[in-house]
Amino acid sequence: MNKLKYRPLNLGRWLVWGGTALVMIVLPLIFTSGFTLTLMSQIGVGIIFALSYNMLLGQGGMLSFGHAVYSGLGAYFTVHALNLITDGAFYFPVTLTPLIGGVAGAVFGVIFGYVTTKKSGTTFAMISLGIAELVAACSLMFSDFFGGEAGVSTNRVIGKAFLGITYGPSIQVYYLIVGWALICMMAMFAWTQTPLGRMANAVRDNPERAEFVGYDTHMVRFLTLVLAGFFAGIAGGLSCINYEIVTAENVGAYASAGVLIATFIGGAGFFFGPIIGIIVFFTMVTAVGGITQAWLFYLGLLFLLIVLYAPGGFASLIMMHVPVIKARLMRRLWLPYAATLATGMILLTGLISVVEMTYRFSTEAGTNPNMTLFGFAFKVTEGVPWAIAAGLLVGGFIVSRFAWNAVGRAWGDIIHILQEREAAA
Amino acid sequence: MSTAVELRGVTKNFGHTAIIRGVDLAIPRGERHAIIGPNGAGKSTLFNLISGRYQVSHGEILLNGEVVTGLKPFQINRKGLSRSFQVTNIFQRMSVFENIRCAVLWSLGYKYSFWHRLGGLKDANLRAEAVMESIGLKRRRDTSAGVLSYAEQRALEIGVTIAGGAEVILLDEPTAGMSRSETADAVELIRKVSQDKTLIMVEHDMGVVFDLADRISVLVYGEVIASDKPENIRGNKAVQEAYLGTEAH
Repeated sequence: MNKLKYRPLNLGRWLVWGGTALVMIVLPLIFTSGFTLTLMSQIGVGIIFALSYNMLLGQGGMLSFGHAVYSGLGAYFTVHALNLITDGAFYFPVTLTPLIGGVAGAVFGVIFGYVTTKKSGTTFAMISLGIAELVAACSLMFSDFFGGEAGVSTNRVIGKAFLGITYGPSIQVYYLIVGWALICMMAMFAWTQTPLGRMANAVRDNPERAEFVGYDTHMVRFLTLVLAGFFAGIAGGLSCINYEIVTAENVGAYASAGVLIATFIGGAGFFFGPIIGIIVFFTMVTAVGGITQAWLFYLGLLFLLIVLYAPGGFASLIMMHVPVIKARLMRRLWLPYAATLATGMILLTGLISVVEMTYRFSTEAGTNPNMTLFGFAFKVTEGVPWAIAAGLLVGGFIVSRFAWNAVGRAWGDIIHILQEREAAA
Repeated sequence: MSTAVELRGVTKNFGHTAIIRGVDLAIPRGERHAIIGPNGAGKSTLFNLISGRYQVSHGEILLNGEVVTGLKPFQINRKGLSRSFQVTNIFQRMSVFENIRCAVLWSLGYKYSFWHRLGGLKDANLRAEAVMESIGLKRRRDTSAGVLSYAEQRALEIGVTIAGGAEVILLDEPTAGMSRSETADAVELIRKVSQDKTLIMVEHDMGVVFDLADRISVLVYGEVIASDKPENIRGNKAVQEAYLGTEAH
């Protein structure tokens, strides 16, 4: 009999999970400002939401335009549950209330999913959009449940402190999010290693063949969506605890589009892709959004560049280097990469200048023409700054083309060498 | 000897065009049965009807005495019928091993489980390894199916078809596009994997057909004009006129 090499304990995997946990736990000790804590809490919730979205997009091949339906309804059920607990209607530990969101997400997954998952592809995408619109419309009609325009507020501090935990301070909420995020990440990763998870891949790649090896593709997609709804609901529950308010935005199109964009930027093809995506996404939204009005423009530009030039997202950009590192060929890339970085900075400086000046010019040219950019103070109505910005943009574009071509050549060489080595082996 | 697959007055129309025009066929359990016929005779359509890919217009199809007309492909598969495709139809992005493991999961009862860890499913993994061994793709275990050679992909196509342990196996032109030596290997493989099973195959290569088949049915314009032992088919006048005369000289 053949010896099987299935290892129940995979050391590398434990290191990755342990490292992730450690980073998430230690980060607030290094970055102590309230701003970073808010950002990290957002990211923690976002990771669960994006990974649950990727169960559909990456693992199951279902492009959903309405995933916020499940997280949003999960958030609404959590907020009402918290209010009922506050009123003393029943007892339930706040720590576990995200589960209420999860169950709500799963239940709505059962209700909506049965219809949406009948077909994949465009049909699925369109029906998911329709259901998102339906729920968004309901959020305006049933104001008792959805709270109308003001939404539903709550208070996460309920009852007496347990071991000093009240969830009053944000840091306690952060660690609550970290705990749930770690559990959900591991659970969703484990799911990819189960029969259903593998068959979701099979249905994604070749639904017809999946039917001819005994699987009902509708059922595979349906169960995947219910589980994705469950995890999305947990994310919704956590966001409810984090913000203490749930509004129609939680089920809205922006939230659905945001998770799609984040997942795509990070890369749907790898399990960890959405995690990178959500970090980049919220850094853009919160950090860049705090500096400039044009953040949405930059986010759109990044999304466009990824779709056009790296459709596998950041994850695929990282993973394409693994064989190169193994073959000890990275040294061929450092110089072209450094040149691309340097010239890219020029291009980026020019781009940011033009964009920022255009924004200022179009909004406040008459009232407030003074602006500061990269440490230089000038009037946006003058010609010289525009000439410099345009020069940086065009010049940066030209020099970065050279650097980019060098990267292309280096990669061509590496692929050639790898192929020769493989042929020789 | 009981009947594995039986067709009773099966017809199939696409719009106003009748592709299958009343086929009656009974294939006993354990037989290796070949379906031959000129291009456009409806051989692949017949396969698609038996395996549930298309629905019949009239008539009924029985699998082990049970009516299976109207059932979906996965339901027919669960009743013990598995098929391969003329154009290779595998999970391109998965490894050889993963392809075959996907094909054994249902038959071993793991169904839609999300509480079993694939790595821990000894029976599924051992079965997948054994199937890989039998189709000669063991050394390509972790290669992704999309980059296999054509002949290897055809072997994997057969592997995915038989992995679930189906009693009735339908092979649609298993040797199409293969070189002479690849065909010889494929014939041996088919002989091996169809041992003690019912095999129905569509095949153009007369060498393969006469080598493997216990019985041959000749399909011309959607009708079975003869169904007999290979030696009788060779001597059948109507068959020679309709088919062999032009192709086998």
